[in-house]
Amino acid sequence: MGSLNGWTWVRAAICVLLTIFMVAPLAIIVVISFSSAPFLRFPPPGFSLQWYRSFFGNPVWLKTLSISVQVMIPAALGATTLGTMSAVGIARGRLPGASLIAGLLMAPFVVPVIITAAAIFGMFRAWNLYGTLLGLMIAHTVLTLPFVMATTLAAMRMVKPELEDAALTLGATHWSAFWRVTFPLILPAVLTGLLFSLVISFDELIVSLFISSPSVRPITVQMWSDIRGSVDPTIAAIATVLFSFSLFVMLIDHLYRRSSAKRALTSESS
Amino acid sequence: MSDFILELRGLRKVYGHVVAVDEIWLSLAKGEFLTLLGPSGSGKTTTLLMVAGLASPTEGEMMLDGKPLNPLPPYKRSIGMVFQNYSLFPHMKVAKNVAFPLEMRGESKREIKRKVADVLRLVGLPDYGDRYPGQLSGGQQQRIALARAMVFEPRLLLMDEPLGALDKKLREQMQIEIMRLHKKTGMSVIYVTHDQEEALVMSDRVAVFNHGRIVQSGPPEDLYENPNSQFVAGFLGESNFLPGTVTGVEDQFCRLDGAVSPLRARRDATLKQGDPAVVVVRPEHVQLIEPQESQRDAENCLRGIVSEVIYLGRSRKYVIRLEGAEEIRSLQQLQADGVRTFSVGDAVAMKWNAQRALALPGRDAQDGP
Repeated sequence: MGSLNGWTWVRAAICVLLTIFMVAPLAIIVVISFSSAPFLRFPPPGFSLQWYRSFFGNPVWLKTLSISVQVMIPAALGATTLGTMSAVGIARGRLPGASLIAGLLMAPFVVPVIITAAAIFGMFRAWNLYGTLLGLMIAHTVLTLPFVMATTLAAMRMVKPELEDAALTLGATHWSAFWRVTFPLILPAVLTGLLFSLVISFDELIVSLFISSPSVRPITVQMWSDIRGSVDPTIAAIATVLFSFSLFVMLIDHLYRRSSAKRALTSESS
Repeated sequence: MSDFILELRGLRKVYGHVVAVDEIWLSLAKGEFLTLLGPSGSGKTTTLLMVAGLASPTEGEMMLDGKPLNPLPPYKRSIGMVFQNYSLFPHMKVAKNVAFPLEMRGESKREIKRKVADVLRLVGLPDYGDRYPGQLSGGQQQRIALARAMVFEPRLLLMDEPLGALDKKLREQMQIEIMRLHKKTGMSVIYVTHDQEEALVMSDRVAVFNHGRIVQSGPPEDLYENPNSQFVAGFLGESNFLPGTVTGVEDQFCRLDGAVSPLRARRDATLKQGDPAVVVVRPEHVQLIEPQESQRDAENCLRGIVSEVIYLGRSRKYVIRLEGAEEIRSLQQLQADGVRTFSVGDAVAMKWNAQRALALPGRDAQDGP
């Protein structure tokens, strides 16, 4: 009993340390963003909202934030559409090279980001997409597509093809069999893919660094260049805003999953 | 117009090098309950899928109501299908599942509501419209699947091992339920199963499949009494097989020299003197008697030792080892008074009426190439 207790304590200590190690930097950034001091100093001497004011009052930050949003939304929607279509095609179609295609689409997952970034940079120079909004959208679509495809493909493999066959014999065309039967069943996975794409695109730095220009620059790239120059707590305020966004998206995903899991539980317990 | 609702003309299906279905000729009368019976992989489900339009035949024609069926996609065939695993849509409530085929046909909301209510009452689950399929038991799910496949009044109803996932007791209940629905609605049904008892109980006609072909088809009694091959005799019910050589032919009967006794049996029309043959005797026709009551060398009279006794409630099954290596099974009803019982190790004699034995050509056989 004694040794078991000792073991429990060790385990608890490791968990606490690990949590502190992971959460502390985030917590410190959030705290510093409300600091009254003009430097990145911890603990801050007093409370103030000046850095949020400096963020939202600065046209450079607002412009780069708006670029990020303009890239994020079409990229996430595009990746979700294309990723879902490829997952359905790979799971159901009788293409000879289906697994090869799946592997190619998943490549951005596996290939080091810096290599992808350099490759995209080279291609976009040749195609005149360098430094354009469209270029960023395309690049982010390619980067986030694997996430959508992975989640949707897993969901497609859970949907029995027999359900579609049943729909066909009941008078549904392939088109309505997909929209009435298959799609509702994979929808939770598609939405998770969409939310992940939003977050990943919004947080993306490396590829954006390569292909953005001073006039078309997402907020992460602006933060990067700012950190290398003068460092003031505005950065912490921006980081807190980005962090809150990600947290919010994850929370939606979590809540949605919980409600759909509850439904699945009552409808698949046979 | 023919009286047949469905005709299959030389249907064939080849997957790569494997012939799944080989030259199926079959007609289904209006209102008939036809069962395709066979071991797994014998082509019965593939045949069903081709009729449903979920697999396309390599060769052959299908006619529904005298019109060619081949070119129609499944959703234009108006053929209902019930799958083994119910295939209810898990994200739709029961009423929505049943309404699905009606919605696909663009019927009015009022019509849909009425028909859904009617069919749910017909399958005995009128109050279940608001549940999700996952909240129902297996038997209830299959009733809903049946309701969904019937609600749009299809020309033909296909069922692919619909009771395969249910336990024995529920299966027997559902068999009666399906027969009741068939009688009440007059639907034409093709039913696929590998369970011979189910086939015998439910069908107007049974087509026995083996290796992608129909080896015999006819009413259940006919198949049971007059199997045309050892395969059918062994697949439908239990049979004893006694090999022998035909020594004489007399009208409907023939004499055979068996390994253990002279035999006399009804004969297959093709049997001639000198042919190798197998005599088929059902266990319920093998009568057990005391050895001293039997005469040596009498026809259809064997001696042996009881090697196993299986108590089945109303009846008792004996396994009797003959002088050779063969075994004979005998089923004795117990209700009648004065039925002698035997125990393991007892010496017994067996006899049966020649009318109850059937000689079929072939020695080994079981199934063809």
